[in-house]
Formats: sequence, C-alpha cells, structure tokens
Amino acid sequence: MDKQPLVIERDYSRYEVKEPDEFVYKTKKGLSKEIVEEISKIKKEPKWMLEFRLKALEHFFSRSMPTWGADLSKINFDEITYYIKPTERKAPTWEDLPEGMKRTFEKLGIPEAERRFLAGVEAMYDSETVYHKIRDDLAKQGVIFCDTDTAVKEYPEIVREYFGKIVPPNDNKFAALNSACWSGGSFVFIPKNVEVKMPLQAYFRINSQQMGQFERTLIIAEEGSKAHYIEGCSSAVYSADSLHAAVVEVIAKDHAHFRYTTLQNWSNDIYNLVTKRAHAYENAIVEWLDANIGAKVGMKYPSVFLLGKNARADILSIAFAGNGQHQDTGAKAVHIAPNTTSTITAKSVSKDGGKTSYRGLVKIFPGAVNSKSFVRCDALILDEQSVSDTIPCMEINESKVDVGHEATVGKVNDSQLFYLMSRGLTEQQAITLIVNGFFDAFTKELPLEYAVEFNRLIQLEMTGTVG
Amino acid sequence: MAELEIKNLHVTVEGKKILNGVNLKIKQGELHALMGPNGSGKSTLSYVLMGHPKYAVEQGEILFNGENITSLTADKRAKLGLFLGFQYPVEVSGVTFKNFLWTAYKAVNNGVSYVDFNEMLDQKLEMLGVDKNFIARYLNEGFSGGEKKRAEVLQLAVLKPKIAILDETDSGLDVDSLKVVASGIEKMHQENLGVLLITHYQRILNYVKPDFVHVMIDGRIVKSGSYDLAKEVEEKGYEMMTSG
Repeated sequence: MDKQPLVIERDYSRYEVKEPDEFVYKTKKGLSKEIVEEISKIKKEPKWMLEFRLKALEHFFSRSMPTWGADLSKINFDEITYYIKPTERKAPTWEDLPEGMKRTFEKLGIPEAERRFLAGVEAMYDSETVYHKIRDDLAKQGVIFCDTDTAVKEYPEIVREYFGKIVPPNDNKFAALNSACWSGGSFVFIPKNVEVKMPLQAYFRINSQQMGQFERTLIIAEEGSKAHYIEGCSSAVYSADSLHAAVVEVIAKDHAHFRYTTLQNWSNDIYNLVTKRAHAYENAIVEWLDANIGAKVGMKYPSVFLLGKNARADILSIAFAGNGQHQDTGAKAVHIAPNTTSTITAKSVSKDGGKTSYRGLVKIFPGAVNSKSFVRCDALILDEQSVSDTIPCMEINESKVDVGHEATVGKVNDSQLFYLMSRGLTEQQAITLIVNGFFDAFTKELPLEYAVEFNRLIQLEMTGTVG
Repeated sequence: MAELEIKNLHVTVEGKKILNGVNLKIKQGELHALMGPNGSGKSTLSYVLMGHPKYAVEQGEILFNGENITSLTADKRAKLGLFLGFQYPVEVSGVTFKNFLWTAYKAVNNGVSYVDFNEMLDQKLEMLGVDKNFIARYLNEGFSGGEKKRAEVLQLAVLKPKIAILDETDSGLDVDSLKVVASGIEKMHQENLGVLLITHYQRILNYVKPDFVHVMIDGRIVKSGSYDLAKEVEEKGYEMMTSG
C-alpha cells in the first residue's frame, strides 16, 4: 500500500475551541476534607473508597512539594476547583451530549474516529466521563472499557483488588492528590487470551479554567491478552493555570502484551503532573509511547516494574518544549526478575526558550540476573535561548547484567538546512521536516491516523499558529 | 527562456578568497561543462550560485533572467528554477526520500495533486532504473555513493528546474551507474534544461556532450571553448592552462 506522506494542510482551529462553561455542578474553590467527602457523596461511592480518599488527602497535606524537578512553586492549590460535573448523566450517543461538548469532540474528530477505526471510546470533559462505548463484539468477549467511576459500581471486586496497588497514594504528592480527588479516567479489562485488534481510545478535555482534572485509569491485561490503548488530551486556552494530575495503573499478566500511547497536547497553561506505572509479569510486554507536546510544566516518567522472568518494557518518550514550557520527562525501568529486558528511548526538542529535561531511572535488583537495559536520549535544541539537560540514574545491584546508555545533544545541522532549502523549502519548512524526522522513531509506531495527528501537532508547535 | 548570468564574481569563505572574478552565462537548453583541478573553486561557485550562507560575495552579482538574485536565500532561488546537484548529498534521518520529494515538489509548484505527483514519480523512477523501495528509505541515509548521485538526479527530474548546477555528479560512480546518470541528464537537457556540469574528469563527457567547456583555475575561468577543449585538457592536463 502506498501511504499518503504525513504532510498536512494546516487548520488548527479545532484545538482552539472554547465553549462557555457548561456544568451541572461544581465544588467551591480549594481543597479540604469536606470537598473530598462531597465528591465521594456525589458519586455515591462505597465506604472503602471514601476512606481511601481521605487517607490519601492526609498524605497530600502532610507531604512537601517536590523540588527536585520542574518549578511547581506557582501552583496555588486554593484557587483550583477540584470537581466540575459537566452533565447529569453519560450520553448514550454523541447526539445526546450538550451542544458545546458535542461540538468540541466533533472538532477533535473523535466520533468520526470511532466510526472508522476504534474498538471503543471514552470521552472525558472536565471532571467526568460524558460518553463511553465499546464495540458489541468485544463486549461479548468480556472486554470491559468504561470510566473508572462506573467500574467501582459495576466491577467492585476487580477494582478493589488492584486500585491503588500499583501506584499507592503515598507514592508521591500528586499521586496522593489524585487518590483523594480522582474522578473519571478509564477502566480496561482484557480477558485471558483475548486480542483487541483496534485501539481503545480515551480523550481528556479540559474546558474550564483554574480547575483540576484528576482522571484515574486502571488497566488489567489478563494472561495472553493483547491490546492497544491510546489517550489524547487537550484544553481550552486561558490565562490562569489549571492542573492535571492523573494516575495510571497497568497490570500485564503472564504473556500479555499491552501498549499505552499518549498524545498530550494540553494548552500552555496546564501543569501536567502524572504518575504512570505498569507491573509486567512473566513474558509480558509493556510498551509506553509517551508524547508530551503541550502543557506549561510537565513531569511524567512512565515506568515498568518487571516482576516476572522474561518480561519486557519498551518506553519511548517524546517531548517538545516551546516558549514558557518545561518538559521534565523520562522513564523508569525496575528489573526485579531474571532475564528481563528494558529499552528506553527519549527524544526531545526545545525551541523559543523552552526547556526539556530527561530524567530516568534504571534499577536492577539483586537476583535479576541476565537482565538487559538500554537507554538512549537524544536532544535537539533549535536556538540559543532553549536548553536541555539529561539526568539519567542507574542503580545496578546485580553483576550479571547488560546495561547501556547513550546520549546526544545537538543543534539543527547547517548543511541539512541548506540542502533542504536548496530544494525550495523555506527555513521553517526545512526545520519542521528535520524535527519530524527526529521524532520518526515515535511516529512510525503510531497507527496512521495518529501519526498524521502527531505530525500536525509538531507542525503547529513549529509554526506557532496557536500560543 | 531562462538565463543565469554570473558577473565578475568575487567570493570569500571564512575570510579566505576563493573566487577571483568569475564571468559566465548559461541559457536554458545549453549544456556547459566546468572543469578544473581540485581547489580551483568549482564547488565554491556551485554553493554560491545556490545561496549557501557561508559564502560571502565580495564583488559582482548573480542574475537570473536579469533579476539580481545575489542576496536571495536558497529556497527562493529554487522557486525561480535553479537547482544544485550536490557533490556530497546530505543525510536527513527519519525523513523518507518520498516524503521529502513530495514536500519539495509542493514547495516549487503551486496547486499540485498527490495523485499526479505519484504518477509522475513512477515515470521518473523508471527512467532512472530505480525501484520503489529506494524512495521508502530515509533521505540519503546509508545510500552508497552511486545511490546518492542517482538520488540527486531523481530530485532533478522531479523538480524540473530551468537551470541545474551539477557538482561532480559523476564522481564515485561505476560505469553502469554513470551511464544511467548521464542519460538522465542528457534527456533533461533535450527537454530544455540548462546545465552547468562541474567535473574533475573528462569521463562523463563521453556520455553527455557539452555545448561549451570552461576551465577554472585559481578561482577564475581561464579558458572557454567547445567540446574539443575537454579533449585537450584530458591530453595535456591543467598545467598547460596555467603556463599558457
């Protein structure tokens, strides 16, 4: 098949949608025990979940702000609204959504994507999932794909067994915050030996300003199952900052193969502080494909704990930082069982004063013999105002292992630029092409539609059409 | 009919004087060969004609159809119909050759369709005896010397400039590749392409017959003539040009 090259006509208006505030309920600004109790009450949750939230809240209050990474000192927790309920109930069809929401998701192309190539969709708007659906044939095979609130009610045994076990509330301050205030997010269950061939898609949209979105995702891939989950995110642009602090927990059981892809395109007024972690058991494969393009500050290090022998982690982390952005991103691989393998590839581009930091950890426990890990970080710096740094950390406590690390930092090569320009490309077109090429290791892993979307986002960043 | 005119061109690179007053006029449809020993300034001339920012024009001017293009950037010159075939084509990782061709094709032509582009591309691939896998590879990455030169000629065929400067497009080619590349150039010449063929050796001139031959030494064109001049150079070497 001859694919259309990924060069896109430019129409970015769809990211700029800003609908008037539309909600049926919201809590008052700021965070307290009462607010958390209120959220839990609105959701009519079981008692164990309320207790889980309150314990997490205590931990959040007692824990100091992390100062080892990006600058978080400007976050004002008192000015944030922690829960905004957009609709009374989930819509059974896109048509049933309120006009503004429907328009937003249509502009983002989600309903069309669902018709064309998705196995299931979940759409979240501010604090709640407003639409979710899975194809009937998959539902019949026992595949579950819904929002996590629904899962707490309908699949309590499964949720209780795993919820907060991969990322405990006291893991870090923002995992604690999420555990206290969580709302929405995806629950995915793939039964034993079931392969979901088309992607499952979640889309997270923030429409209100100065809010916190705390989606909570829990994914269980049973033995021998295979699936690909893709999340996209974007937000309306405001002058006041919002907070997105998600927690994602993935369990890949023996021989499972799970891929998690993120195309993060928050507007540049969002603090994106996310904890993503997977447990991989015997012969399981977990892949994180993590693209961080938007947000004001991003701190995200998808990690895999390799708990069963022969388990494998492949992490591809992409970051783009433009004016006023700091992407502090990376990955973690923790080798606990023998014969486990991890590869981490990180690629970042900084431009117009943006800053990228690769922060990563490879940890090999005693007894994880014959483990292999390879880390590669490449940074491309497009101008004198922009910066990049690399903070790789290796803790190797086993001698029979094979560990490698390579890092490069470079600028756009003048001879490449001249070569491309001599063929008629403007300087900006030439640099955009070079940047697209730089990210190709990521793009080529994506389904075609998402590769198109990713290149579109990069082009948008390069041309600065949207601030 | 497009015309490239070089008038009394003096050029320095990083403070070093390389060209010392070059004069040359190339019309569309004409094939000029520029010969000269290593270090005579041939490649400098090719870069400066295309607008490489590292090369400073101290004196003189470059005209394209009478318009002074001396200070235009490379992309604007390309859009006017000028092309440079590189002696050392540059690798661009992660960008497929085909994607690059399409991007460049759109940059120099307005309102083109992808379907038409594909059809045209297939013809050019056939003409140069290149298969489709070739354009699925990353631009020049891991290409052999011969493949790189074929890739340059393919770009020339796709972009269809009015005047092309080909800098040692014949170097590093085995005889079979040389024949393919030469017949490609010859064909485009027949279709009214103006060519400045820069070469160190006379070898390619067995396959592409120039209308004019120029010899460059120490940053100046010291002798111009017909095809016979190329033979003279081959027989006697460049020495006689300097002494004579």
